[in-house]
Amino acid sequence: MTTVAVPIRERENYLNQEYGIKSWLLTTDHKRIALLYLLSITFFFFIGGFFALLIRLELLTPAGDLVQADTYNKLFTMHGQVMVFFFLIPAVPAVLGNFLIPIMIGAKDLAFPRVNLLSWYIFMLGSALMLYTILNGGVDTGWTFYTPLSTEFLTTNVVAAAMAIFVVGFSSILTGLNFIVTVHRLRAPGMTWSRLPLFVWANYATSIIFVLGTPVLAISLALVGLERIFHLGIFDPRLGGDPLLFQHLFWFYSHPAVYVMILPGMGVVSEIVACFSHKRLFGYKFMALALIAIAVLGFLVWAHHMFVAGISLYAAMIFSFFSYMVAVPSAIKVFNWTATLYKGSISYTTPMLYAFGFIGLFTMGGMTGLFVAALGIDVHVTDTYFIIAHFHYIMVGGMVMAYLGGMHFWWPKISGRMYPEGWGKLAALLIFVGFNLTFFPQFILGYMGMPRRYWQYSPEFQLLNVLSTAGASILAAGYLLPMLYFLWSMRYGKIAPDNPWGAAGLEWMTTSPPTTSNFEQIPTVTWEAYNYDQLTEAPVERQ
Amino acid sequence: MSDSSPNFTAHSPGLQHHFATMEQQTDASVMGMWVFLVTEIMFFGGMFTGYMIYRYTYYGPWLEGSQHMDFWWGTINTAVLLCSSLTMALGVRASQLGQRRLVVAFLLITILFGVGFLGIKGIEYHGHWVDGQFPGAHFRFAGPNPRQVELFFSFYWAMTGFHALHVLIGIGLVAYIAYRSWKGAYGREYHNPVENVGLYWHFVDIVWIYLYPLLYLISHKHVSG
Amino acid sequence: MSEHIATKKTYILVWMSLMCLTAATAGASYLELGRFNIVLAMVIATCKALLVALIFMGVKYISQKITLVVIVAGLFWLFILVSLSMTDTISRSWR
Repeated sequence: MTTVAVPIRERENYLNQEYGIKSWLLTTDHKRIALLYLLSITFFFFIGGFFALLIRLELLTPAGDLVQADTYNKLFTMHGQVMVFFFLIPAVPAVLGNFLIPIMIGAKDLAFPRVNLLSWYIFMLGSALMLYTILNGGVDTGWTFYTPLSTEFLTTNVVAAAMAIFVVGFSSILTGLNFIVTVHRLRAPGMTWSRLPLFVWANYATSIIFVLGTPVLAISLALVGLERIFHLGIFDPRLGGDPLLFQHLFWFYSHPAVYVMILPGMGVVSEIVACFSHKRLFGYKFMALALIAIAVLGFLVWAHHMFVAGISLYAAMIFSFFSYMVAVPSAIKVFNWTATLYKGSISYTTPMLYAFGFIGLFTMGGMTGLFVAALGIDVHVTDTYFIIAHFHYIMVGGMVMAYLGGMHFWWPKISGRMYPEGWGKLAALLIFVGFNLTFFPQFILGYMGMPRRYWQYSPEFQLLNVLSTAGASILAAGYLLPMLYFLWSMRYGKIAPDNPWGAAGLEWMTTSPPTTSNFEQIPTVTWEAYNYDQLTEAPVERQ
Repeated sequence: MSDSSPNFTAHSPGLQHHFATMEQQTDASVMGMWVFLVTEIMFFGGMFTGYMIYRYTYYGPWLEGSQHMDFWWGTINTAVLLCSSLTMALGVRASQLGQRRLVVAFLLITILFGVGFLGIKGIEYHGHWVDGQFPGAHFRFAGPNPRQVELFFSFYWAMTGFHALHVLIGIGLVAYIAYRSWKGAYGREYHNPVENVGLYWHFVDIVWIYLYPLLYLISHKHVSG
Repeated sequence: MSEHIATKKTYILVWMSLMCLTAATAGASYLELGRFNIVLAMVIATCKALLVALIFMGVKYISQKITLVVIVAGLFWLFILVSLSMTDTISRSWR
């Protein structure tokens, strides 16, 4: 890197290039938009977390004694809606993806910068509707909005919640559209598809899902709204309407949505594992193909959420078969991460700890997915805590850890500061311990028969519920720490060098933080991805 | 910071800073428009799926409902939209040739056809409403299987309603493009927005090309029961 | 900019074909063809849609081949949605 006479602190970058609220609210810089999204989703993470805390407090005792039954229904509904639509789905793509993809491919911005800003404003509109829903008394349909409960019987803010999610869906459609066109058309000279970082491949695969799946969610929510307001009876059983039609349309999106909630995390993990093994990622081609395979196969499995809802046995068998198939590319990725670690020069930094957590916990969550893909098992454990544990292992043990790992990994690049490594490791450990204590007992609870969405339960389930709640409080402490020390680091953290980790990738060849246009001159790429054998810098920046 | 890299050619007005050439920008814009249209395929696709499922299960009521559609208005409306597609295509062609006045003329005629479509839809909707063919408390149907016929009408209103909304939005987009064309914003070198709005308009026409037979033409020969 | 510009004649011919096909499909609804009615209607509709897509929308002369992949993918995904859902509907009454 060139040396500059200007002190490092004062180099012009995307953060200090322009000041003032207008320069942020009217920005078209993908990096600033990423930070706008970061504020929004962090806000919702704590709201969703707050609902979770209330749920776990209620479940400390078998009796329903903290809140009323209807209130409990609202708590788990809004916990799910907020965490899924306002945190997990946008987290890695809209924050890390927006920030990094142009830089990683050697471009100055995404293909459509104004559409990018529009997507954030749409997200804010959806957020406002969701906040209205919450403050106006909440909604209790379950995050799944099943009919005819949602269309006929509830008097809560169903339409507002449906509108909120409908609107926020367009935010992700626009993000996905932007990413797809960007990766196709804005790669720098020499940046061929086979040289792309897997993080880019992962967000590309995610974008395919955004574009093909989200519109079906939009129409299903719109039809629920039309039924409530105008009494169009599309799902009305009295007219011969089929409640399962709603479920087919809903899950056609919402199953691929869970792959939206894991693929970007897998991309993050690939970057981290390669960097902190200081080694080329094992099996690049298969890793990239596996991402695409998961995105595509993920569209063929949705009715495994409906095995006991009344679908035909023959359809159930088809969906069960495809559910097994989609596990194969996921397993390939786990094996390849492991093979990357083998004989690598391993550094146990905070991002690496999160990556390890991801690999282990995602594997457990994924394996239990295979259990429930079997019709025979699913009949017993569906709608129990087994399912809750299964998806939280993947979404929280997997994706949230990947998100935090990514935030730590790229924090020096985003903010120009180092976070405090000691605190980082402590938070990672607390999160890992807290997570397992919260959710492992839930596998057992589900297997023992405790149903989900129940506000009171049989006394024999209490011990495991108490353990779970204890774990949740540790988890909460763990999540608070990064928020505090990231904020602290923005003022007091060590100034970050351009490449503190000795990592491969175009983003590490720019300044920390980058300039507004990312590159003075578009680079010409002549090297393969993960060219760690060519990198000679010291592997790890330690405090 | 000026771009001194040899990748960058002399600046076309309308070339955005993150694109190296106008061709790259246009390619990206067209691809983006098609990706958006694919999302619209899936949006309408959800309703087509429901339609197919119920048509399979309730063929009789679907037939009944279809035979209560206004065949002539529906057919005329199909022709109206096809004419609007012609004028839209001719408008895009004129913009490719830099013929500013012709562009505006064709786009305005397209808008007229679009308004005509919505007007006819309004006449049909009014007729259905007066005949008690809007689902809900006031629905009435004298023939067999009134409940499932109400289901058919739910699809009719939802599908044509969303389609009409898209026509309305399309009219707005065409009007905006016509205004910008009038102001001279486009020429032989740069007319991509006109093409993109054209793509949107034709897509909305294609949706109607399928809605028309599915809703209006199930059969005039079959008898339900 | 290497774009293909169609002739006015092409567009008018396409438009006339579309009007004829519309008349055909309207008339076909008066024929008694049993199960084949919907097949014929969908075939005609698809012909019309192809004319609009290939000529009016310029898909026939498209310069970026990847856009064709995008279009086909969209149609194929719609096919997945409809057909996999229908497997449930059709087989629900099977023994």
